[in-house]
Amino acid sequence: MATDTYTPIQDTKGGKKAAGPVGWIDDRLGVAGIARKNMRKIFPEHWSFMLGEIALWSFVILLITGTFLTLWFQPSMAETVYNGSYEPLKGIEMSQAYASTIDISFDIRGGLLMRQIHHWAAALFVASMIVHMLRVFFTGAYRKPREVNWLIGVGLIALGMVEGFAGYSLPDDLLSGTGLRFVDGLIRSIPFVGSYLEFFIFGGEFPGDIIIPRLYMAHILLIPALLLGLIAAHMLLLVYHKHTQWPGPGRTNENVVGYPMLPVYAAKAGGFFFIVFGFTALFSAIIQINPVWAYGPYNPAEVTAGSQPDWYMGFSEGLVRLMPGWESTIFGWTFSWNVVIPGMGGLGLLFTSLALWPFIERWITQDDREHHLLERPRDAPTRTALGVAGMTAYGVGWAAGGNDIIATHFHLDIYTLTWIFRIGFFLFPVIAFLIVRRICIGLQHRDHDNVLHGYETGVIERSPSGGYTERHAPLPASTQYELTARQRLPQLEAAVVVDANGVENQAGRKERLRARLRHFYYQGVLDKPTVDEVHHAEEHLSHFEGHPNSHGDDFGGVSDAGVPKQH
Amino acid sequence: MRTLSTRRRHPLAGVFVILGALGIAAVLYMAFAPKGATADTSSLDDIEAGRELFVIGCASCHGQNAEGIVTASGGNYGPSLIGVGAAAVDFQVGTGRMPMAQTAPQAPRKTPEYTAEETKQLAAYIASLGPGPAIPEEEYLDVENASAEEISLGGEFFRTNCTACHNSVGAGGALPDGRYAPTLKGVSAKHIYEAMQTGPQQMPVFSDDVITPEDKRAIIAYIKAIQDEPNYGGFGGGGIGPVADGIWVWLFGIGGLVGFAIWIAAHGTRSTKKPKGAQQ
Repeated sequence: MATDTYTPIQDTKGGKKAAGPVGWIDDRLGVAGIARKNMRKIFPEHWSFMLGEIALWSFVILLITGTFLTLWFQPSMAETVYNGSYEPLKGIEMSQAYASTIDISFDIRGGLLMRQIHHWAAALFVASMIVHMLRVFFTGAYRKPREVNWLIGVGLIALGMVEGFAGYSLPDDLLSGTGLRFVDGLIRSIPFVGSYLEFFIFGGEFPGDIIIPRLYMAHILLIPALLLGLIAAHMLLLVYHKHTQWPGPGRTNENVVGYPMLPVYAAKAGGFFFIVFGFTALFSAIIQINPVWAYGPYNPAEVTAGSQPDWYMGFSEGLVRLMPGWESTIFGWTFSWNVVIPGMGGLGLLFTSLALWPFIERWITQDDREHHLLERPRDAPTRTALGVAGMTAYGVGWAAGGNDIIATHFHLDIYTLTWIFRIGFFLFPVIAFLIVRRICIGLQHRDHDNVLHGYETGVIERSPSGGYTERHAPLPASTQYELTARQRLPQLEAAVVVDANGVENQAGRKERLRARLRHFYYQGVLDKPTVDEVHHAEEHLSHFEGHPNSHGDDFGGVSDAGVPKQH
Repeated sequence: MRTLSTRRRHPLAGVFVILGALGIAAVLYMAFAPKGATADTSSLDDIEAGRELFVIGCASCHGQNAEGIVTASGGNYGPSLIGVGAAAVDFQVGTGRMPMAQTAPQAPRKTPEYTAEETKQLAAYIASLGPGPAIPEEEYLDVENASAEEISLGGEFFRTNCTACHNSVGAGGALPDGRYAPTLKGVSAKHIYEAMQTGPQQMPVFSDDVITPEDKRAIIAYIKAIQDEPNYGGFGGGGIGPVADGIWVWLFGIGGLVGFAIWIAAHGTRSTKKPKGAQQ
């Protein structure tokens, strides 16, 4: 690197040319100070840090393609007779919203491609937010000081789902109308206020004639504005907190090791935008999504088999399908438990537990330190297992949302499936929790062994007495560091119920609960090796059967022929 | 006329008048009466041949005289076929649903066991047992030259009566207890018509009073039109709706873009890769 020559940007040919205009702007806006600081902002490098970027770029694609679609879409439920070029619907009465969607698909140049890019990007937008959230969850990146950004992220996912659903409902085809009817049912199931809310939102009985214009306003103005604001806050906080990084040599809780914004991340992130856009466009050009012409116009008296929401609402659809048909009438009020518990309760539970988890974890661990280094999922086995259990419950609800498709494609009985999912919703997460926790702790033990006893070289040695042993070699120092760069586990102490003077602790019950949860959280988790253990291991590893170990730090095992790979 | 009036007192005049009145009544009856149980083309030979086939292949479940077999617990081992008509036989045997290979919640469509000739003979035999819907006439099956109006009208009928079970593109759907509405792909116009007319298995009957033969033809025309149209917008995923989209997005969308993210992150700032650790 010492041989690299570096020319200051103002001395390059382009730099000299740009000096004039850049100076003009700086004189008037004074941006040089901010730009200088932020252009050199350092971001760490890892593929998993780019998942949120997929969501960001999908959102940009949605804004661009959405703008195109607004040029032709008519958000009106006024009746019209279709007279476009799609023959099987000719002469059929339908809403202007549906007719204009068909026109975009068949009579506007590039319209179908734009519609498909918009829809695929929407599905990708929510999916990438979820993947990004899972990455943040499983690496503990939401810990102090980033709890607020986690909350913003949860809000973004919730808004993204509502935004997606509003868009799904706009074409006013038979499928989207059925989805709207589902949500109408959800709203009406809210005890006491449900039917009033329905009249308020739909302007009367479902479907009325104003829901599409209202959803349109929400879809193109209100929610995108909220999303934009939250995304801006999310990214400002990211810059303010600095990005978390994986532990490694030279990486501490106080620094960020990586590349600067300019030129590296500007190029990488900018390039990734084009990859996401190109990928989505390719997808949209070859794979059909939401063929609205095939569903026909919405008519409350009709429905089509295989009516499903888009994937991100599948979870709540599935929970409603699983729920037994409980309903009760108390003093003339009807309570639709069959809808309100799975529908409202399912979504409520999902988002409440997501939002509260950082605070619950902090209350259990009592960890008040700032964390800028990520935790490997295996090093927080209970959190990882809880995360997978949550994913399992979500997955069961999600699969149940497609129970009819599963039944027809795998020749299964839909009632049997419903019972499997009903039991599985409670049972599978527990099984997943136990298995995942066990796997995490097992992996911790393996890391522990690799650090203290070295890794297996594949060199088999025969002792004079005829026994065979495999030679172990110490891991490279950098790997050893990565495996052990985590905080030591706290001492678990019994809750103070009665203090030294025999006075009962006022917060005794709370403390006991916390002590029990702490025990649950840390139970069986392996702490990193102590200094003594490491010294002892070094001594042990430097000699093998009484002979000095001749392998160097960079020893990388042996090939099949027994030749060391790097030495 | 004089001859007639002079002979009106003839002793046989009354007989002739009665014969004439009966003849007119017979002609009127033939013109207005509902269609007979047996198709015109079936001959006594067909009926006899059909009976022989029936006794060998069908009687074990449907009974020696197609009267049906009731199980000890009062269930239906094989239903009575008296009065189901030729259309039902042509549908069930012609699509391979009957004879059933095994007891199941529902008989699946499979390669027919009987030839077209044998199917016709079986149909003739069952039709001879009692009146029932006949095999539809050609004019209601010819959808080649259906007009655009007829197709879109058929679409309205299809969405009102059929899509709830058969899906908006006729891809089929699930029903309780392992039963299902089968896909309409590759089903002939005749069999679709017969299914509407006879209501096989879980399907309701759409008799000619409910949906006229002309409207049945319009429905078939719509089904054939949407099945023949190209997959606008690319590869379709079988018309099963958003479940396929979700699978695509997760497996290939997220999968592919994570692959790209790994690829971008694996490439440092320099064109030549340095050994690991050199960047620090």
